[in-house]
Amino acid sequence: MPTVVPAQLAAPFLPGGENAIDATLAHRLLAVALDAGGDYADLYFEYRVGADYVLEEEQVKTVGRGVTLGLGVRVTKGDATGYAYTEELSWDRMAHAARIAGQIAAGSPPGTSPPPVSVDVRPVADLYPVGRPSLVVPPADKLALLRAADRAARAYDPRIVKVEASFTESLKEILVISSDGRMVSDVLPIVRFGVRAVSEDGDKRQSGSSGGGGRMGMEYFTGDRDAAAHGREAARIAIAMLDAVDAPAGEMQVVLGPGDSGILLHEAVGHGLEADFNRKKTSNYSDQIGQQVASPLCTVIDDGTIPSSRGSINVDDEGNAPRKNVLIENGILVGYMHDRLSAKHFGVQASGNGRRESFRSMPLPRMTNTALLPGPHTHDEIVASVKRGVYAKRFSGGQVNISNGDFVFSLTESYLIEDGKLTAPLKGVNLIGNGPEVLREVDMLGSDYELSDGMWTCGKDGQSVPVGVATPTVRIAKITVGGTKA
Amino acid sequence: MSAASISNELVKELSDLAAHVCELCKAAGADAAEALVRDGNELTAKVRMGEPELVQEAGSRALGLRVFKDGRRAVTYTSDLRRKSLEQFAVETVALAELSEPDELNRLPDADELAKHHPELDLYDEAVAEVDAAWALQQCIAGERAAQRSDARVTNSEGATWSRNLGAVAFANSAGFVGGYRGSYASFYVEPICDEPDPKNPKKRNGYWWTASRFLAELADAEAVGIEAARRTAATLGARKIPTGEVAVVFDPEVGRSLIGTLFSVANGSAFWRKSSYLIGREGTAVASPLVDIVDDPLLPRAPGSRPFDGDGLATRKNVIVEQGVLRTVLCDVYSARKLGRRSTGSAGRGIGGNPGPTTSNLIMAAGKQTKQELLRATGRGLYVTSLMGFGFNPVTGDFSRGAQGFWIEGGELTYPVGEITVSANFDDLLKRIDAVADDLELRSSSAAPTFRVSHMMVAGSSE
Repeated sequence: MPTVVPAQLAAPFLPGGENAIDATLAHRLLAVALDAGGDYADLYFEYRVGADYVLEEEQVKTVGRGVTLGLGVRVTKGDATGYAYTEELSWDRMAHAARIAGQIAAGSPPGTSPPPVSVDVRPVADLYPVGRPSLVVPPADKLALLRAADRAARAYDPRIVKVEASFTESLKEILVISSDGRMVSDVLPIVRFGVRAVSEDGDKRQSGSSGGGGRMGMEYFTGDRDAAAHGREAARIAIAMLDAVDAPAGEMQVVLGPGDSGILLHEAVGHGLEADFNRKKTSNYSDQIGQQVASPLCTVIDDGTIPSSRGSINVDDEGNAPRKNVLIENGILVGYMHDRLSAKHFGVQASGNGRRESFRSMPLPRMTNTALLPGPHTHDEIVASVKRGVYAKRFSGGQVNISNGDFVFSLTESYLIEDGKLTAPLKGVNLIGNGPEVLREVDMLGSDYELSDGMWTCGKDGQSVPVGVATPTVRIAKITVGGTKA
Repeated sequence: MSAASISNELVKELSDLAAHVCELCKAAGADAAEALVRDGNELTAKVRMGEPELVQEAGSRALGLRVFKDGRRAVTYTSDLRRKSLEQFAVETVALAELSEPDELNRLPDADELAKHHPELDLYDEAVAEVDAAWALQQCIAGERAAQRSDARVTNSEGATWSRNLGAVAFANSAGFVGGYRGSYASFYVEPICDEPDPKNPKKRNGYWWTASRFLAELADAEAVGIEAARRTAATLGARKIPTGEVAVVFDPEVGRSLIGTLFSVANGSAFWRKSSYLIGREGTAVASPLVDIVDDPLLPRAPGSRPFDGDGLATRKNVIVEQGVLRTVLCDVYSARKLGRRSTGSAGRGIGGNPGPTTSNLIMAAGKQTKQELLRATGRGLYVTSLMGFGFNPVTGDFSRGAQGFWIEGGELTYPVGEITVSANFDDLLKRIDAVADDLELRSSSAAPTFRVSHMMVAGSSE
């Protein structure tokens, strides 16, 4: 059952809308874009309705709602891109944007006319069917979830002194039309729920957070993913961290828990395998296809087709179908993630990774759901194997330098491992390593493969897109822990 | 005037629109309303390896609304500014407010708090508006070429980027405040890349240098930017880890400005009432070394972060945050000030779709007396940090741990490049251990700091 868009949320550029864009109109607009001699053009129409609800101090403090509508026009000439956008879908404004974007090709011989745009909107996959978008569910239901999370966090321990809970939802409708004749549309729902708790004990204060979501409606809140569970989890971390001790400093063994630890992968190898950096040879993975870039235990994929995951897409923002792309197979680098421009450069098929934040920005090769595939060990075996090290469980984010491969990620919940057992919780600390060097140090993988509960957002060139990560428990023989204790 | 220009007439038109929408909200049943309208225009031109890579040019406009009714509030935004749509939008926003719960602090600023006059701060340069894509691309070509020619070790490039933003801001509330202003900002970056010469080490070294100003004539020369970018990038070739241990750490101004931003993230009213700051209860006490003075000054003419009124419609003013190491005040908007039982410091900022919150304008750490060379010489040995990575700061506890790059200081001079290490300390200790401040303060961006030294921090690196 595909996502049903109720009339009040229907994009004005889709059939029947106030600014309906049909194949004939699209063709005319593409012809304007290519008039100055461009060799390719695409149109990206976007309509996004979003809402958010925030509860603080046991009160719903703010409710918000926003609507954005616009068209982005891209024209390429060789490797050069011209880009313009408009928030007004009148012919004059759209044609103006098309002409501005087309100027990138100014001075070149007249362009060829684009072929006609196929009349039918191409069918796409249906990876996140939502019978009823959350935006049409009465707000009272969402406020009840916030209250449930708040109560659960407070009930967990009297030392919880502050709780914030938020629910964010949006429905994005896109229509992509390219000068090679494709016309594709998609409806992308997304929800995200988050709780943050602050604990106080004497003059000690700590915080903890928990959240999740995905390309879903209110059915996200089923099973153990209920609002109260997030409230309890945030409170649990805030209380556990009250006893945190100074983290150690220096190189040591580190065990990463399943799921969210995938952000290590996202930073250590993911960005470096986005093909724009490799086309320009600015990544430390440039020209490394066929080389051993990780331990033979590591097989890394980027998979845009995981049902309902935060990073999944039915179609990318250039109109290409998402795929399950193998990036590293048994430690050997086998492929990059492509957008149209890089796929053309490398003479390969587009991999369905051309993504953009909104109609205001041009597509770039981006990750979807990035995963390290599981191995043979149990979680307990891996922890038990470590004499002295750090166990990393929760993270606030990471960052990578594409060129030299150095990456960091920040631990918000971690423990010392002593003689194979988790002992003292550690104060917030960073891990730093070099992508290929750390991946070569992976020496045990768990069978407990887990997809992160959708909460991650990836930033690149100022554009944010939702992503997913997945890993089993991972043991790294040696990585630098940035604590304060020698 | 170019097509991109922001005229004073446009500012007036948008101010009238903002005031009109406040009336629509009142007519729809709101007790009070605020409307913010932004009109912006951007041009980005990028060149890589001598060829144009991107030209992006567009304008956009949006309206943000906040309404109050019976102590409840709602915040909405739209880019559909047709008169008829706005009426409907006002009605929907007022209805939305009924979903929130009453909070007696949810109301407009008191009438006597609102700005009475708006100082002229000289924030707009028509010359920036007149730049076209062709000229911007020429700057990029010149800057990138200068980088490549100045040092043979520059083997690749992430490109050179010239961008400008022009904008008008108009704000009104139903208590009669109406204000608007326009601004310009231009920036230019060059990002060279050097390949490590050893084929067994496939690492690349990237770096950058930049210039920015609200005024075109104040931008540094494109070639000079390129040459400095090349020098900074090539200097990082062969970066290596240093052993784990406690050392003196000197922070470059590029890093220092982000560290005073970290201080602001815990020295504001919102972090205080949310208990998300290790500085709660510390006003009037030492939170940094006596060498540290930090102000936030929105009234500097032509400065990048200046603003004539704040996001609540209050007059802006210079606030002293840290004076000789003592925390004097934290920056507040009206709501956080009320939560804390005090007056706003006129520091509200607001985005188009959000509530106001405390923000900085021009956040500046005062310069010391010695030169950077004198500071390094006096340091003898230690770590000089040129960039930080990651998000390792816990505002509640002050725990600070971030990835770092830089140079090793030996004999009072910068020697070999260093990478893949972390620097850590509790932020409270970090600020109190500042024992030297240089005189090299430059206000190129909206936060600025001189070079300074922290007597000791834990560096995590290699085991040897």
